[in-house]
Amino acid sequence: MKAANTPRAIRLAILAMGGEGGGVLADWLSDLAQAEGYIVQVTSVPGVAQRTGATIYYLELFPKAGANGRQPVLALMPVPGDVDVVIASELMEAARAVSRGLVTPDRTTLVASSHRVYAMTEKIAMTDGRSDPAALEQACRKAAKHLVMLDMGRIAEKTGSVISAVMLGALAASGALPFERRAYEAAIERSGVGAASSLAAFAASFGAASGQAPVEVVEPASPLPPVPEMLAARIDLLPAAAREIARLGTLRVLDYQDASYAGLYLDRVARIAAIEPDAGDGNAPLATETARQLALAMAYEDPVRVAELKLDPARIERIRAEVKAKPDEIVDVAEFLHPRLEEIAGMVPARLGRTLLRKGLARSLVELLTRKGRTVKTTSVRGFLMLAAVARMKRYRLRSLRHAAEDARVEAWLARLADIAPRNTPLAVEIARALDLVKGYGDTHERGVASYERLMGAVPRLIERPDPAGDLRKLCAAASADDTGRALEIAARLPAGVG
Amino acid sequence: MAERSFKQEVAKLRLGAGEEFQGEGILAITKALLQSGVSYVAGYQGAPISHLMDVLADANDILESLGIHFENSASEATAAATLAASVNYPLRGAATFKSTVGTNVAADALANLASGGVTGGALIVVGEDYGEGSSIMQERSHAFAMKSQIWLLDPRPNLPKIVEMVEKGFELSEASNTPVMLEVRIRACHVTGSFIAKDNVRPAYGLKDALESPVRDTSRIVLPPASYLHEKEKIELRWPAAVRFITQHRLNEIFPGEARDIGIVMQGGMYNTALRALELLGLANAFGDSNVPLYVLNVTYPLCDDELKRFCRDKRAILIVEEGQPEFIEQAVNTILRRADIQTKVHGKDMLPMAGEYTGAVMREGLRKFIAACRADLLADAPAAAAPPKEALAALGNGVMHNRPPSFCTGCPERPIFTAMKLVERELGAHHVSCDIGCHLFSILPPFNIGNTTMGYGLGGAGAAALNAKAGKRAIAIVGDGGFWHNGLLSSVGNSVFNRSDNLTIIVDNGYSAATGGQDLLSSRHPSPIRATWNSIERAVRGVGVEWVRTLRHTYDVARMRDTLKEALTTKRKGPKVIVAQSECMLNRERREKPLRAAAVKAGKRVVRDRFGVDAETCTGDHSCIRLSGCPSLTIAPHPDPLRRSPVTKVIDSCVGCGLCGEIAHAAVLCPSFYRASVIANPSWWDRKRAGLRARVFDWLRGPAEPSSARSLP
Repeated sequence: MKAANTPRAIRLAILAMGGEGGGVLADWLSDLAQAEGYIVQVTSVPGVAQRTGATIYYLELFPKAGANGRQPVLALMPVPGDVDVVIASELMEAARAVSRGLVTPDRTTLVASSHRVYAMTEKIAMTDGRSDPAALEQACRKAAKHLVMLDMGRIAEKTGSVISAVMLGALAASGALPFERRAYEAAIERSGVGAASSLAAFAASFGAASGQAPVEVVEPASPLPPVPEMLAARIDLLPAAAREIARLGTLRVLDYQDASYAGLYLDRVARIAAIEPDAGDGNAPLATETARQLALAMAYEDPVRVAELKLDPARIERIRAEVKAKPDEIVDVAEFLHPRLEEIAGMVPARLGRTLLRKGLARSLVELLTRKGRTVKTTSVRGFLMLAAVARMKRYRLRSLRHAAEDARVEAWLARLADIAPRNTPLAVEIARALDLVKGYGDTHERGVASYERLMGAVPRLIERPDPAGDLRKLCAAASADDTGRALEIAARLPAGVG
Repeated sequence: MAERSFKQEVAKLRLGAGEEFQGEGILAITKALLQSGVSYVAGYQGAPISHLMDVLADANDILESLGIHFENSASEATAAATLAASVNYPLRGAATFKSTVGTNVAADALANLASGGVTGGALIVVGEDYGEGSSIMQERSHAFAMKSQIWLLDPRPNLPKIVEMVEKGFELSEASNTPVMLEVRIRACHVTGSFIAKDNVRPAYGLKDALESPVRDTSRIVLPPASYLHEKEKIELRWPAAVRFITQHRLNEIFPGEARDIGIVMQGGMYNTALRALELLGLANAFGDSNVPLYVLNVTYPLCDDELKRFCRDKRAILIVEEGQPEFIEQAVNTILRRADIQTKVHGKDMLPMAGEYTGAVMREGLRKFIAACRADLLADAPAAAAPPKEALAALGNGVMHNRPPSFCTGCPERPIFTAMKLVERELGAHHVSCDIGCHLFSILPPFNIGNTTMGYGLGGAGAAALNAKAGKRAIAIVGDGGFWHNGLLSSVGNSVFNRSDNLTIIVDNGYSAATGGQDLLSSRHPSPIRATWNSIERAVRGVGVEWVRTLRHTYDVARMRDTLKEALTTKRKGPKVIVAQSECMLNRERREKPLRAAAVKAGKRVVRDRFGVDAETCTGDHSCIRLSGCPSLTIAPHPDPLRRSPVTKVIDSCVGCGLCGEIAHAAVLCPSFYRASVIANPSWWDRKRAGLRARVFDWLRGPAEPSSARSLP
């Protein structure tokens, strides 16, 4: 057999996305292996894949010593089941290598990042469209002979470098290739541009991948401010399982308005908690979900709230950190606001609000002023004063048209919970959860309200069916499937539908 | 200015005899052209041959010193027609483009060229965009070679062989008076390797000689009766001459093997994949020594009958490895063997799939099937192929995996056009949208989902031509600036004027042929040392008779774009409407400006960098903004608010501050969560003074510090 006893090329595939520097990584590896006495062939399929799409670089390394002056025939693409090293810049790309059969337990070292760069279809979901990272990681773990997984995105961000250098560091640490650390670094140095930051990223990644440095530095969460004693005592009367959320909710509502509003919040939570049957497992799903949704519903997003949050003194520091401003740099901040007639009429005292909504001079004036979006510079005195004036309307909030509408919806929801909970607790939990459809601003809010009301109208019919909680959960999912309402239309036609 | 600068690669074109060239396949071809003594090169960019064009565009001084004329042709038809210079004169010339799309466009010129034949060597280098990563319809250039009788080279994909075939290709062309097509697949274009260079050759007979002493021969012009003679010449003279040359110079290769009663006939381009498959089956080693005899066709058209017969005569069975369909080679081999009454069994598409790329896995399985059927004994020691465990694949079921197709880049000026179209769709309903070729075709994918058909480069308007009837809605056509100058001005815009169309054509003008790598165009808005730029699209459109034209010079102004679109779709004015949507390709712009900005900051100059962000506190996680944008820098992250379940929208560091997020928030009346942070590096005295004053005013306005609240999320 001619095949016997001849050396074999090392096969190495890089899975990355356009713009991540997969080509740079391939160049480093090619240069490195040549310097170490290997014949190297690199292939790639750039083309349109450069524009952020998934792409593969493929390398074969053949030891010159084993070639005896002959030229090996190297392959132009990876063959499933025949790849020694796979490097992936992101978790789903690593899983894609597995699904393509490139990672097999007999030979493949998989060097992969655990961080996610979400696909478009995950990002555009109206709620949470993210794939389960545990499933992706599980596939990598099961398929690889040797797995090196670390959060490369985080290391790249921390070292202010590119992910390709981080990938190289992790590869070096994996020991999958017969080269010393120094040889990798020399290849980076030879490439010139940006070598210093690449070397820093390489070192950080090498350390993390070989267990010399902690992979994940968990920053301690800033402690929550204490809940005023009087309210805290009432939280302690709630089922233990619901207290954490109720505490967060209380703080939210307190910040949103005042102590008496927070008191009302706790009254309402307590009302529902009192009628929830004890399942004996220590859980209180209805009280917990009610505490969560009620806090969000009572702290609905109105212009007052937005203005207050935009002027929060801590915000500018948050922004400075997010945009990585250096200490000597000045940061100006501008907001993109588009209040409409409805928001303004909803914010002022109800009587004035109704006047604004009636046809007339006042309405025309407000409409004229709100036809276009406004760019408000929070860091200018003018912008600050404008937002501060809106924030001052907080004192009229509980007497506004908007509040009346929100409050009526919450009361109706609570009444429905109280009605359904004793008959069918799981359904009540789903009803509690359905209030989450009502969120956001403008059209989003209106669409959410319409979907929510439609589902609530269906509850009396659903309760006659074998699994009303399951039915309502499916309808909620349909209402969140698209922003045209088409999925809900289709779901509504099914037997479990809204009718 | 192309997407990359190729000054480094250009240096490789200067290598002399005996020096080692190292680099990609397509650059090796470029060097081989210079070594072959070409007088002119013409082409139209497109993956995978853009690199050839870009390097030559940067190598003007070398070309001048060798007396070579280089053109960025207006289209592939132009490039192919350029080869007319080799009809009357002993001038070597090359044309290059992406195939089969480019070959489709070039077909008219190629057929005329092939009919009359050539005196000087004419080489057509086609980048065969087939299989993974391809951006076009899956067809074969082989059909064009056969129908026009152009010889087709398909070299083994390693640099020395590719270079050799370029050089031999010119000789073959001259020996048979026939243009020759060199087919290189995507991976062969991008494969790295080395070869020993020769000196570049300055042609003895140059373009100047041809211009100054013209030669005219009506028998080379396609008009009866010469055209009838051409066909006879092709069969009686040129074909036999070609076969003679191919055989004499052993352009095809036979590799012997122990298993003499079987053999594999393959396209040269399939060689490396086939050898790897044999290696994996235990039938070859890493150096290409195979147990099964191989007949490698570096020339896939025409076939050399006698060579084939010699290979087959002592064989019970052969396998033909021929990628793509129809299986032209397999059909021809069957005919040749049948006529010669040779009983060798011919396998091919019965063992390998009729359609699709011959990847490593496909090849391994096809070869295994063939050998199992004809010489099962050879497979006794064949190792089994490894596969990922079932649990691993099961974890990836249930829609866990999402596709990641290419998309508009961060800050792309084309994205706001489609955002505006989405907003118009909400008001006026869906319209029929005829798309074109270019980055803008990404509109058909999420999040925009806009577009019904695409009929070819510059044919966006043409694709909407029939949809021109009295109706409540108008059709919309999209053409890029690349497609516009390729043939859109006439096929799409001129046609709509002449045929009294009432449709809207949007011309996406980002200043470059962006999708092919950012090459210059007539309308590029910057000076070029070697080309005439700054030609206005609006003037061209008015020149062919369009009266309703609007040029928007800032595509990011979504509200204006939306209103202009609405006007174009609802105006009572009859006749074609054209909107020229103009903003520079962000990829090119950033490539130019980012280093300048960094240098200015370093030099202590005041530089303002814009970057967008989202306030997590006000973002409710509905992601409307992402559905209207699709920017790679606009993504999602776990919501820092423990009360919320949906992920929050987040702007990441790659944001270039194009402004679209803010425009969307305004035009679509979205949430108030977006902010623009203008980071001022090296602030001036006045910047610092003003910031200090403001801070004092804000502190005074806020009054005494309030106790901390629950506002800062954990």
